[in-house]
Amino acid sequence: MQPLEKMRQLFRRDQVFDFLIPDIPPDLDVTHGVILYLEDISVSFDGFKAIDNLNLYIGDGELRCIIGPNGAGKTTMMDIITGKTKPDYGKAWFGQSINLLKLSEPEIAQAGIGRKFQKPTVFENHSVFENLELAMACNKGVLPTLMASLSGEQHDHIDKVLELVGLTEITKSRAGSLSHGQKQWLEIGMLLMQKPKLLLVDEPVAGMTLQEMERTAELLTSLAGERSVIVVEHDMDFVRSIAQKVTVLHQGRILMEGSMDEVQNDQRVIEVYLGE
Amino acid sequence: MTFASLSYIRTTFFLPVPAIIAFVFFAAIATGTETTTVEFEEGLSLLTQNDFDQKERGIDKIDISADPMKKKEIFTALLSDQLFYIKKDKTLVFVEEDESVYRITSVLSGIELTALKKRKLTKISLNNTLRQKINSILARQNLSHQDPQVRLAAANKLLEEPNPSIVSLLASRLTDEKDAKVKKTLSLALGLGQLKDDAPDKRLNALTNLKGSLNPSVRNALVKFIHEEQDETIKKKAEQVLRDIDSMVSFFGFAETLFFGLSMGSVLVLAAIGLAITFGVIGVINMAHGELIMIGAYTTYVIQQLMPESIGLSLFLAIPAAFIVSGLTGIVIERSVIRFLYGRPLETLLATYGLSLVLQQAVRSIFSPLNRTVITPDWMSGSLAINSIFSITINRLSIVIFCGVVFAALFLIMKKTSIGLQVRAVSQNRAMARAMGVRASRVDALTFGLGSGIAGIAGVALSQLTNVGPNLGQAYIIDSFMVVVFGGVGNLWGTMLGGLSLGIANKFIEPWAGAVLAKIIILVFIILFIQRRPQGLFPQKGRVA
Amino acid sequence: MVSILMNNKRASIIFLACLGFATVLVPILNLLVGPDNAFHIPTYTMSMLGKYLTYALLAVAVDLVWGYLGILSLGHGAFFALGGYAMGMYLMRQIGDRGVYGNPILPDFMVFLNWQELPWFWHGFQWFWFAILMAVLVPTLLSIFFGWFAFRSRVTGVYLSIITQALTFSLLLAFFRNEMGFGGNNGLTDFKDILGFSLQSDYTRASLFIASGIALAFGYLCCQYIVNSKLGRVCTAIRDSESRVQFIGYRIENFKLWVFAFSAALAGIAGALYVPQVGIINPSEFSPLNSIEIVVWVAVGGRATIYGPVIGALLVNYAKSFLTAAMPESWLFVLGAIFIVVTLFLPHGITGLLKSKKESQ
Repeated sequence: MQPLEKMRQLFRRDQVFDFLIPDIPPDLDVTHGVILYLEDISVSFDGFKAIDNLNLYIGDGELRCIIGPNGAGKTTMMDIITGKTKPDYGKAWFGQSINLLKLSEPEIAQAGIGRKFQKPTVFENHSVFENLELAMACNKGVLPTLMASLSGEQHDHIDKVLELVGLTEITKSRAGSLSHGQKQWLEIGMLLMQKPKLLLVDEPVAGMTLQEMERTAELLTSLAGERSVIVVEHDMDFVRSIAQKVTVLHQGRILMEGSMDEVQNDQRVIEVYLGE
Repeated sequence: MTFASLSYIRTTFFLPVPAIIAFVFFAAIATGTETTTVEFEEGLSLLTQNDFDQKERGIDKIDISADPMKKKEIFTALLSDQLFYIKKDKTLVFVEEDESVYRITSVLSGIELTALKKRKLTKISLNNTLRQKINSILARQNLSHQDPQVRLAAANKLLEEPNPSIVSLLASRLTDEKDAKVKKTLSLALGLGQLKDDAPDKRLNALTNLKGSLNPSVRNALVKFIHEEQDETIKKKAEQVLRDIDSMVSFFGFAETLFFGLSMGSVLVLAAIGLAITFGVIGVINMAHGELIMIGAYTTYVIQQLMPESIGLSLFLAIPAAFIVSGLTGIVIERSVIRFLYGRPLETLLATYGLSLVLQQAVRSIFSPLNRTVITPDWMSGSLAINSIFSITINRLSIVIFCGVVFAALFLIMKKTSIGLQVRAVSQNRAMARAMGVRASRVDALTFGLGSGIAGIAGVALSQLTNVGPNLGQAYIIDSFMVVVFGGVGNLWGTMLGGLSLGIANKFIEPWAGAVLAKIIILVFIILFIQRRPQGLFPQKGRVA
Repeated sequence: MVSILMNNKRASIIFLACLGFATVLVPILNLLVGPDNAFHIPTYTMSMLGKYLTYALLAVAVDLVWGYLGILSLGHGAFFALGGYAMGMYLMRQIGDRGVYGNPILPDFMVFLNWQELPWFWHGFQWFWFAILMAVLVPTLLSIFFGWFAFRSRVTGVYLSIITQALTFSLLLAFFRNEMGFGGNNGLTDFKDILGFSLQSDYTRASLFIASGIALAFGYLCCQYIVNSKLGRVCTAIRDSESRVQFIGYRIENFKLWVFAFSAALAGIAGALYVPQVGIINPSEFSPLNSIEIVVWVAVGGRATIYGPVIGALLVNYAKSFLTAAMPESWLFVLGAIFIVVTLFLPHGITGLLKSKKESQ
């Protein structure tokens, strides 16, 4: 009788089992004005401490620049935020409700964090338009993707982003044929298609001409406000041209935070950059 | 040479001493009492009787009276049906068949007589009791032989056919015996004999003697003994002894499986280590690796055909030859095909697979599709017996040692030589190495040649274990990849450990799953393993960049 | 983009027209044109062509995962063979008591092995629909099981190729065993009829040929649909830059898994159509060489075009039939050379060559 009873229990209609509840991360909650919390983060590779007790808070709508010499842990920090690397200790929260350490890479991307890599990676064999279409925020399951067709609204969104990154003229070109700067913008455009709340931008102006650099600075400042942007950059002139607040990383720790002027006049920062 | 001359000096020097002893000995017999000779002759004539009881008496008489050499001669002839008597005058003769003529020698005088037709002779037949009796007499005699090897053989024979009638003799022999090995066997034989003793303390004592013996006959006797024994305490003790023996047997069984696994693992390591270099160091997936092994095996075959007189030497020559032949083939492959495919691993896989087909067919066309046999030199056949149930075959042992040597050599090349340094530099950062003046393309070719050469050497080793045929390489290519991937790409130690552990695991699964299923289980295990840990056992750590 | 689509459409129409023409014409030339006529196609040739069509379907399946998804599968030979075995089991049960031993239930090899009853996994294969279902389901489930492990743990590139090959190899070893219950070394053969029609009859043969043509057209259309959908663009994106796709928010393991599984199902169908036309299925179908030959058909035809692999499969197999008959020794040399030449000089295969010729004009 007992197994039968158990079967009945299993088919009770009023009950929802844990494993049937889809694992959807809660919505982003930025009521405290902070979009990213990194607290006491440490990570080491083979005994080498890449990140050492890092604490970083990014405000909602802020444009933050992060600078630091090679090996300061900038890329590793981005890896942690995007879920590529799991830290040994510490907490990483996206808003107040989303624990980043519990999510996989695509889940983090869907939660609203977009990342632009140092080396531009766009889909070279696809056209500019297709690149943006692929990146578009929508149901990204297999079957919906197979059946997908563009709605008017989605088309408008793509057009808007194309205009924003200035690639309207060349929508049908193969992405592989674009110039270096155009690829960088296309990549930022792809990030925007996902409607992210937080953008991580890794060395956006490396290898750019001066004009391209200016346009990129314009683009990034125009993006902030509606979303938060973290820019990791080496080029000091570029940082100066966009920065509101600068964080200096050194040996996996935060050396100081402040405006560009404060940072440039700080004795420790000068030491770190120029040596003793 | 030195050994021969030494023994020559010894014989010439020491010859007089035994000669004198022998002389004294024979003189004593010659002048011995009349009665012994008479008894001997009586014994001989009793043998010609038809009645087995009479024959037994005759055997007893001969046993007492004859001199050891003669006794042995007569009894061995009896056992091998070579003792006859001439029908006419009942003279006992040894008969030797020599190309359909019977050469006959008188037993008494030792003089060769004129050949006779077979029908004029009668064979002296024996029954089983008599055979056993003669055997034990011979054994007893052999037990006091001066050569320890003969004594050991005699003692072993007694173990196989325990003989309670000679227990007292064994006990006395045991006190006189100096050779440790013989002594041990004797005490076992004594123990087996005593098991049948009527006195319980004797039986108990026997059990102590038998403790820890691995001889199968001891175990059999014990099982039988436990079945028959009435006394509970002795039975308990016997069971204890049997349990101990069984646990030791299973331990050595374990050791044997371990050794088989180790030797199989060594073969895997040899086959895989070349691949570990080409795949691990320069990131090239070489599906023709198995065929490079095959080329090494065929090189061994060809060299053996060139010098059939000296098989052992040809094997040693084959090692560098196979290295060179396979290595050059590898370099040609690298320069002509792989060079153009760096950075396109899937295409490399396909192209080298194509090469492997071409090489296979080439060998098939040149040497015929049939398998070729490479002869194993004498010193590599045979086995080392550790004890009666655990022995190590020499050719497997050689493979294990050879694998260790090749691994060590390769390890030294990679760690200590400048080419090794360059190889490691290029594998870590090609552009940087080039900037430092390393000619990367040359290093690629050499690395590939090195890996291929090692494959050739593996072929030499394999030719000693299996037949050499065009499909030799195919059988090993997947296994080799599994080893490299399992051990962790680009890690020589990983390959070593991966190969050995896979070999051992295979041999341990084999007894209960069969060879094919064992292989399947291992493959499935590795498939699951790679999916758990795509980097293998020993991943190269570092920042995920 | 539009022009590419147009181009594809034109190629598709041409391709399907050719295929339809052949599917109709060959049976007509076999059945209605008398053997004395110069245009008569012997039944043997028709079955051989039908076999090529199943190969072509297999090549299309491999192209879908290799050309568009970047997964070089060396396991499709196994999916093909599994589909073949499912059909073979049905044909085996159809023999009934006409076997050598005359046992109404047990196939001959089981009687020979002294088996008393049918193993559980042979039940149900007396029904045609069940066999067809299994021919699709078994390869699909195996590919899902395998892919679920492989793709989740991010096994990619050559690693994936090697373990698919290991999978094929272990299936080869397993099917060689008599205890597996699939006829061991000899496999399944001596088939008598299918759905009540004798396999020896020309009409059955013609029907099988037509079925192969239809299956190929079906496979072609499905693949075209997938490739031209957004799913297809995601696939090529995965092929070109896997981690980027991941960051955009696609679960690449799911995409790989389902496309791989669909491809395995196509391979299973191809195998099920192959067996009645060649009349035998044995473990050698699982040999690693078979799987890698499929890849060569795709490479020769040109990957990432659905019609290219069809051309490649037909060409290479025709060459194989011709050469193994004319100069058996030379076939492996030629096959090896094809491998090398295609990878070194023809990365886009014959269709790629034609395309670039056209563009340069």
